[in-house]
Amino acid sequence: MIAEIGQYALALAFALSLAQVILPAWGARRNDPVLMSSAGPIALALFGFIAFAFGALVQLYVTSDFTVVNVAENSHSQMPLIYKITSTWGNHEGSMLLWVFVLAFFGALVAEFGSNLPDRLKALVLAVQGAVAAAFLSFILFTSNPFARLVPAPAEGRDLNPILQDLGLAIHPPLLYLGYVGLSISFAFAIAALIEGRIDAAWARWVRPWTLAAWIFLTLGIAMGSYWAYYELGWGGWWFWDPVENASLMPWLAATALLHSAVVMEKRDALKVWTILLAILAFSLSLVGTFLVRSGVLTSVHAFATDPARGVFILAILTFFIAGGLTLFAFRASELKQGGLFAPISREGALVLNNLFLTAATAAVLVGTLYPLALEALTGDKITVGPPYFNLAFGGLMVPLVFAMPFGPLLAWKRGDLMGVAQRLMLAAALAVVAAVVIAAATTGGPVLAPLAVGLAVFIMLGALTDIAERAGLGRVTARVALARLAGVPRSGYGTAIAHFGVGVCLLGIVCETGWSLEKIASVKLGDTVTIGARSLTLDRLENRTGANFRARTAVFSIREDGAPQGTIEASRRMFAARQMATTEAGIRTFGLSQLYVSMGEESPDGHISMRATYKPFVTLIWLGAVVMALGGALSLADRRLRVGAPRPATKRPRAPVPAE
Amino acid sequence: MRRLLAALLLLASFALPALAVQPDEVLGDPVLESRARAISAELRCMVCQNQSIDDSDAPLAKDLRLIVRERLKAGDSDGQVMDFMVARYGEFVLLRPVMSWRNALLWAAPVLVLALGALAAFFGLKRRRAVAPQRLSADEEARFKKLLAEGEGPSPEGR
Repeated sequence: MIAEIGQYALALAFALSLAQVILPAWGARRNDPVLMSSAGPIALALFGFIAFAFGALVQLYVTSDFTVVNVAENSHSQMPLIYKITSTWGNHEGSMLLWVFVLAFFGALVAEFGSNLPDRLKALVLAVQGAVAAAFLSFILFTSNPFARLVPAPAEGRDLNPILQDLGLAIHPPLLYLGYVGLSISFAFAIAALIEGRIDAAWARWVRPWTLAAWIFLTLGIAMGSYWAYYELGWGGWWFWDPVENASLMPWLAATALLHSAVVMEKRDALKVWTILLAILAFSLSLVGTFLVRSGVLTSVHAFATDPARGVFILAILTFFIAGGLTLFAFRASELKQGGLFAPISREGALVLNNLFLTAATAAVLVGTLYPLALEALTGDKITVGPPYFNLAFGGLMVPLVFAMPFGPLLAWKRGDLMGVAQRLMLAAALAVVAAVVIAAATTGGPVLAPLAVGLAVFIMLGALTDIAERAGLGRVTARVALARLAGVPRSGYGTAIAHFGVGVCLLGIVCETGWSLEKIASVKLGDTVTIGARSLTLDRLENRTGANFRARTAVFSIREDGAPQGTIEASRRMFAARQMATTEAGIRTFGLSQLYVSMGEESPDGHISMRATYKPFVTLIWLGAVVMALGGALSLADRRLRVGAPRPATKRPRAPVPAE
Repeated sequence: MRRLLAALLLLASFALPALAVQPDEVLGDPVLESRARAISAELRCMVCQNQSIDDSDAPLAKDLRLIVRERLKAGDSDGQVMDFMVARYGEFVLLRPVMSWRNALLWAAPVLVLALGALAAFFGLKRRRAVAPQRLSADEEARFKKLLAEGEGPSPEGR
């Protein structure tokens, strides 16, 4: 019964989404305020119905209702409750439902908190949002129905893939979806602006918080996914340049570029056309990502060709929105008036440079991901584009970008003084050089470039601090004045500095992990000891354990550093009976910012187990850096100029922006 | 999740994950071994999704790792090992696509986007500077002074 009600709710939601497109758009055309204002309540109702459908699916999973195909294929009655809930979206149908759920959530947010938007803009934004919802709801209803029944119902489900039986599944997909579905709002704003043929700094001020919010979620989602893969997959890699990862990285890069160009638009009324284009591109890349992951085209072009229903459907959605958006852009972009002039050396110029490199990096990732598919489809030749390509192409574009990063915020708007800025960054640069030299002298082995990269990371971090110090006038004014000035720096100013600092932190982690990781592969029996760096690991015991739905073989190692015991580390292999699958659970111990990572392999009849121990210096900085970036974003979002969350009376306008800082 | 979904496809065919490089594969000579690892990271496990043979637990990956080490022990240079693999398995085995005409667009795309973007930015900026009005008219000047005298300008909202 619940399944049928859920499906009915979805069908009603589809009808509502069509209404959300037609009524407000028609109202905007006829300038009818009543029709236009219907957008808000419809969006809220749409969210209600989709939330209901989503809740129904969760309920089916919680009660292990195996009369539903989707539940029977992805759940098991013995699973812990948390995994029963998360398996709702651990499969194609459920994750698409989560997708539209998040989409409708953002629509509802605009409806609820967008009271300061002009009526026409709000109506059009929600209409575009409704169109996206309609497309994906029809995709779910016609090709991926999560509520389909199964007759006869099996007595037991086929279990969730063991790899997904992890807290990561509870956090990562929702975060990621909040991120890249959130970009649909920026897209809807861009399309609405093109339809209106009018766009101004106020528009940028409305769009930026939404983009920023999406960007924060995307940043955290990607970082979370990376850490999950790192600890769960058992070989200690944290980024694989896998097409599915690239699918989330591309929207992130585009959203990062969009955030920066929207700043120029908001403060200086320039780069309008480009900002609109970026907003379209960012969401387009989200759609491309959804297509890549959901169509099966990645597994092989042929797999896609044999069962094309879903792939073709998403491809049609993708083509409609991307081509539609770009066509509208081509016709209307010339009508957008360009404002604010600036010299090449200026804050605006720096942000253009940022956009240039981020766009090129996005292109590198996009081309690298799609090239093998295109080549195979066109010529039948099979090539592989793997990590070495991406590291070179992407890394090559990132290095100049992050080097330029400390300069940007220090440059003045309109016309900057590069020499002056360079002078102010002197201290940061000098300390970075010292760091590089010290590292080079102190370490042996490791790549030659690693100390230089450490220097770069230090430069970025100190550069971000220099920005704040300069704003306070540190060293030029008295301490009291400086403190007062520090208190006066807007939150968005701190946000920028902190996010940039986070980039440096992340880079430092990447460099240290790549350059100076230690690894030991060995075959050990009880009592054997392997040394890795300053630590030694002794295999103390091997145990059999049982979990709710698995059996585990666990190896317990005791750790010693220079003879002093430092506790134990446990690596295990789990056997899941329902799917006859095994997973490796790596043992991870964190020492400061570094981690010791141990995974165990096969156990031979004579009692030897193969093991791989890795010491990863400062590896946690990779993810901490991302968290710091997101924190910077959140701080910027909390800036009163941009505050979106706080409901305010419709009459009260957001405060005028502080003049260019 | 996405990465894991990909991994899931892998594991479906190889039920028991292990450690990729096994203790018995490791060469005694650390220099040779580190060369083997570096080469392995550039070679694709052909039955896997986007994994190097250095990362993969598939039996095929193990075979390839052993071949790499055998060739190295036989005195091959890194380049010779790569050539041997390509001759045997085709260009598909290389994680770093060769620079050839067929792959020209792949390698050129990032540079091309950067160059075209830079040109567009340069000319866009130049054109706009050329048409920009340089001074305020007398009328605007007067209004500007008046606004300044009033202390706070109108909210930019009105623009």
